[in-house]
Amino acid sequence: MNGASARYMRRRVVNWVSLSMSVLGTLFGLFWLVWLLWTLVARGVRWLSPELFTQSTPPPLAPGGIANAIVGSILITALGVIVGTPIGILAATWLAEFSRRSRLAAVIRFVNDILLSAPSIVIGVFIYGVVVARFGHFSGWAGGLALAIIMLPVVLRTTEDMLKLVPDQMREAAAAVGAPRWRVTVMVVYRAALGGIITGVLLGVARISGETAPLLFTALNNQFWSTDMNRPIANLPVMIFQFAMSPYDNWQHLAWAAALLITLAILALSLFARLVIRSRSFVK
Amino acid sequence: MTALTRSAAQRDRSRHAQRSAVADAMFRNITRVAALLVLALVIAILVVLLVQAWPAFHRFGWHFFSGREWDPAHATFSALTSIFGTLVTSAIAMVIAVPVSFGIALFITELAPAWLRAPVSIAVELLAAIPSIIYGMWGLFVFAPLFGEYVQPWIIEHIGSWPWVGALFQGPPMGIGIFTAGLILAIMVVPFISSVMRDVFSLVPTVLRESAYGVGCTTWEVVWRVVLPYTRAGVMGGIMLGLGRALGETMAVTFVIGNSHTLGTSLFNAGNTISSTLANEFTEAVGQTYTSSLVALGLILFLITFVVLALAKLLLLRMAAREGSPT
Repeated sequence: MNGASARYMRRRVVNWVSLSMSVLGTLFGLFWLVWLLWTLVARGVRWLSPELFTQSTPPPLAPGGIANAIVGSILITALGVIVGTPIGILAATWLAEFSRRSRLAAVIRFVNDILLSAPSIVIGVFIYGVVVARFGHFSGWAGGLALAIIMLPVVLRTTEDMLKLVPDQMREAAAAVGAPRWRVTVMVVYRAALGGIITGVLLGVARISGETAPLLFTALNNQFWSTDMNRPIANLPVMIFQFAMSPYDNWQHLAWAAALLITLAILALSLFARLVIRSRSFVK
Repeated sequence: MTALTRSAAQRDRSRHAQRSAVADAMFRNITRVAALLVLALVIAILVVLLVQAWPAFHRFGWHFFSGREWDPAHATFSALTSIFGTLVTSAIAMVIAVPVSFGIALFITELAPAWLRAPVSIAVELLAAIPSIIYGMWGLFVFAPLFGEYVQPWIIEHIGSWPWVGALFQGPPMGIGIFTAGLILAIMVVPFISSVMRDVFSLVPTVLRESAYGVGCTTWEVVWRVVLPYTRAGVMGGIMLGLGRALGETMAVTFVIGNSHTLGTSLFNAGNTISSTLANEFTEAVGQTYTSSLVALGLILFLITFVVLALAKLLLLRMAAREGSPT
């Protein structure tokens, strides 16, 4: 009896200790999130100002803003979205609608996962090899293409998952009233999965707009106002990297302000994307 | 008259059908081209990297993988220190991130009241949304100074003198270095691992879980003896996905690892990884041998993450096979 109750006590203690560790682990994870966000706010808010959005990056120790980097970032991110999204959606359509179980589809799914987990800096090296080295100069085009390659697998994966969730009865019903296959896909399946597809695109945008590594040797950076995609173009991530590592106070301040802005934008975007997914799953 | 209209209508209908058939074929082919493009892209990446890395492999041979020199001045390059740094930082990240992720998944699936589940999972996943350059800045300017001033001296003094293990924790308390890089990587991959763990934990049939509770198991015994064995393959798959992330992560590591091409035993030393070397040196590389060696590093990194991903897929597939339904 004594032994049994001792064992019972031990089991309870083990249970209590391990569950406490689990709570501690969760707090450990949340602790870093809070600390990171707090750092950004504490160091970034002070340097937010209207000039940030109206002036270009200054030389060391002169006043200025980050307008050129914001515009440059928007341009190359937009290029990434415009190139990456349609290819991703169309490829996902082929996988989900036309060849769900074929061998080739399985291969492409696997290859897409490789692309999804490929280190982004390797994508940068690849684009450097095929675009930058060929044309002899860094350019906004090269940066946007690198981002497109990172965007593509994200969109493909989420779109395929979402298309597969559309019940087959809807496809059959549309086909039964005589709609050709492409209209079934475009007008019924896409429409049913629209929320999910948009979520995928938003998550893709959130992913590429913070990417630094692939831009280091594609878009590079540009200290001046430029919207010429054929030349090196300023962008927030690389600007933050260079300014944060610089010895100049004003550059570091700009880096913290930019870091705060870009993080808030990306967090808002991914929260929004999650809300879209959540409200969608409610409908089903 | 009626016959006439009927045949006109028939003609019309068949023309219509023909047109849709053409449109269908076009649509189908466009989507197929897009899908094949993905395949072609990955092949192109491999080929381009291989072609550009070839001069380095050709010149240094196997020594490229075993040598320690990285000397741009004499155009002598080898990958060992970078590969070592990549593997060691990722290993540190896994040692920290796996138990923490397990704790988080356990908390979300078994302990948290229902209203707390979604907020906690979303908060943890937000860690994955923060750009890696932010981790780098925070690591270098906020974390490393505090770590170097308050934590590292204590570790060096108390653990640094232990036999065996002590050698890992010696040297000057710089704040930055291999260990700091590994720790920050751990924070970055926790959301990936914990969300996979959470998902596979919730796949465990309620009957299994409840019958374990029914025979008097504690929550911990249910998780450790029932849930974890049932989801082992999926959990390993999640860990592998996290590992893939850690191996390829660039900016955060570049900020805090110290960027030195040396090989030491202490984790508090400065080091480098494949990706940090690329980020630091690629734009400045002069000469074919230098550039080619850097591309070769990139190719090695690509292949390492490829192998890790393949393992992860295999394990998750096995999990799915047992589940009996494709995921």
